[in-house]
Amino acid sequence: MAIDIPRIPLGNWIEGSLEWLTSEYSMVTRGISRVTQTGIDGLNDALMWLPPWGLLLIIVGLCWWLANARLAIGAAAGMALIWNMDLWDPMIETLTLVVIATLVAVVIALPVGIAAALSERLYRVIMPVLDFMQTMPAFVYLIPAIPFFGIGSVSAIFATVIFSMPPAIRFTTLGIRQVPGELIEAADAYGATRGQKLIKVQLPLSLPTVMAGINQTIMLALSMVVIAAMIGADGLGSEVWRAIQRLRPGDGFEAGIAVVILAMLLDRLTQSLRKQRKS
Amino acid sequence: MNENRNVKIRVRNLSKVFGSNPKKGLELRDQGLKRAEIHEKTGQTLGLSNIDFDVYEGELLVIMGLSGSGKSTLIRCLNRLIEPTEGEIVIDDENIPELDDKALLECRRRHFSMVFQNFALFPHRTVIQNAEFGLEIRGVEKGERTDIARKALKQVGLESWENAYPNQLSGGMQQRVGLARALANDSTVLLMDEAFSALDPLIRGDMQQELQELQSRMQKTTVFITHDLDEALNIADRIILLKDGEIVQIGTPEEILTQPADEYVRRFVEGVDMSKILTAEHAMRKVRAIARDTDGPRTTLRKMHENNIDSIYVTRRDRTLVGLAEVDALEQAANEGRDTIADCMTQEFRSVRLDEPMHNLFAMFSEKSYPIAVVDADNRLLGVVVKGAVLDQLAQAAESSTVNEDNLTAAAGDQ
Repeated sequence: MAIDIPRIPLGNWIEGSLEWLTSEYSMVTRGISRVTQTGIDGLNDALMWLPPWGLLLIIVGLCWWLANARLAIGAAAGMALIWNMDLWDPMIETLTLVVIATLVAVVIALPVGIAAALSERLYRVIMPVLDFMQTMPAFVYLIPAIPFFGIGSVSAIFATVIFSMPPAIRFTTLGIRQVPGELIEAADAYGATRGQKLIKVQLPLSLPTVMAGINQTIMLALSMVVIAAMIGADGLGSEVWRAIQRLRPGDGFEAGIAVVILAMLLDRLTQSLRKQRKS
Repeated sequence: MNENRNVKIRVRNLSKVFGSNPKKGLELRDQGLKRAEIHEKTGQTLGLSNIDFDVYEGELLVIMGLSGSGKSTLIRCLNRLIEPTEGEIVIDDENIPELDDKALLECRRRHFSMVFQNFALFPHRTVIQNAEFGLEIRGVEKGERTDIARKALKQVGLESWENAYPNQLSGGMQQRVGLARALANDSTVLLMDEAFSALDPLIRGDMQQELQELQSRMQKTTVFITHDLDEALNIADRIILLKDGEIVQIGTPEEILTQPADEYVRRFVEGVDMSKILTAEHAMRKVRAIARDTDGPRTTLRKMHENNIDSIYVTRRDRTLVGLAEVDALEQAANEGRDTIADCMTQEFRSVRLDEPMHNLFAMFSEKSYPIAVVDADNRLLGVVVKGAVLDQLAQAAESSTVNEDNLTAAAGDQ
């Protein structure tokens, strides 16, 4: 005997509220869309304007300066391979998306992370939200992005920001909470205000941890912008997507290798930035 | 000596109850219940109860007690790092527990500098940036605060380390930075929370001595917390003995030693390392022979031969000490036919005052075994201390205090 429990229309509710949001705030979403698109186009054009060898030299120089000769040589070889595989332009498009998404994510994550570190109540609200954001399958974010921002790069950025932001928030909160209590006490004893404590003690001491979070965010952003090819984002992801549709494993692997090279480069660069701050 | 001195901080009826219902804790206290009973009944911990004392301008006041006696709570109530439950803490006509947030910040900036047990230096700041922290918080101009911080570092002997980071320094040096940070702030009161307890004994002794020198030079009102009675006796102008959140005795080190207020203090005091109270005076003896600065080498050698010694102190007519002559140098001078001992003198001896603690003398014998000269304020020779005499005195003290160490253990076990 089956008990007839009515099905909770959770999906309908979500769809309803999304529709409402889309129609009610179309001005806002269109505004965001325009600003983001301008940012993407601007950065993309700037990076494309440079000849490949010019950008290659800049990146190699950056590696040399921030890290060491080994990374610089590796970067030169990797970038040259991407160029040689004719994947330079898609690589630039992917890099643009990663940079913009990371910037937006960090700009949101830092204040939220700081607030969650300082307020116990906010901490208890935000942590489950972050769990939700991180465990929700990444593809799901792509669906509401389309009605908000249409098919294309802006939707990709939207989904990527949501997917990649949690570690930056978490690490910021963790970093600030890890500052030893006796240092906070010392700052208090000398009459520091909350703001002074934050700027002179808590933030500088949490910086290595915050940088680790930003590194994680960049890695997640890269993985997401590749997936976002499904909703029309340009870049290496769309090369992979096309290779799947045409069943051309060779092309797919080439684009995949380009993603790996880009990922390693971004990872090593941000890590060396972090180590530099530490010493 | 205390009667005419200005009161810097007046503490009256100060109590602190830790827990969710502090009022209840105070009520039970007023009904005459003890700390342990209150905790058992309500879960509230009576940290401090009815504390009354004054801190005089320019004095070094030591608050001393075993762990759990409430001394850390007490020092933190003064600048409200811990909120007192009731009571008055008045500094320059301001009652600290009544200040609002803004006034409290102002009060902390003006009146209190704190030195912490585990240094609490900021690892991301250089030594000089640490030293100027208090000034930076107060908004002092960059150039000015660097100058002040540099002076403070000089006072603690770290002027050449200003660009180092704390983790590059030894523990003793780190605490000097902590001290410089407090001194640079030029607050009216210095709070030192077990400031030397994390240092090893030798460094600790040095720091105590330096603190006393700084204190006598600057006359800074200092509240110093320690669990070590030896340390308290060594540096204090006055000592407050705390037990279970209550004051057991207030007095000068001598008063605490000679007139213990109750059995607890008496047993505490009996464990004191006697070498810290014995001074050079106890081990000093009269000089058997002195050379005058006008004497010739042969006269001096004869004096030494008669007294069977191989080094001799040289003084002027008024007994002002000018040097020490050794037998070898004198014999050489005599052979060369010189008629003055001026060239035969060395300054490689140690001279101390009458009140130099005995344990310091012991370290001075390490290199050469010349007798130590004991001099007065005008550098006039009063007597000498030889190694054997110090050992004798220490041995006697040890005999009479071995019994007492057991007493201290018993006293600590009562906690």
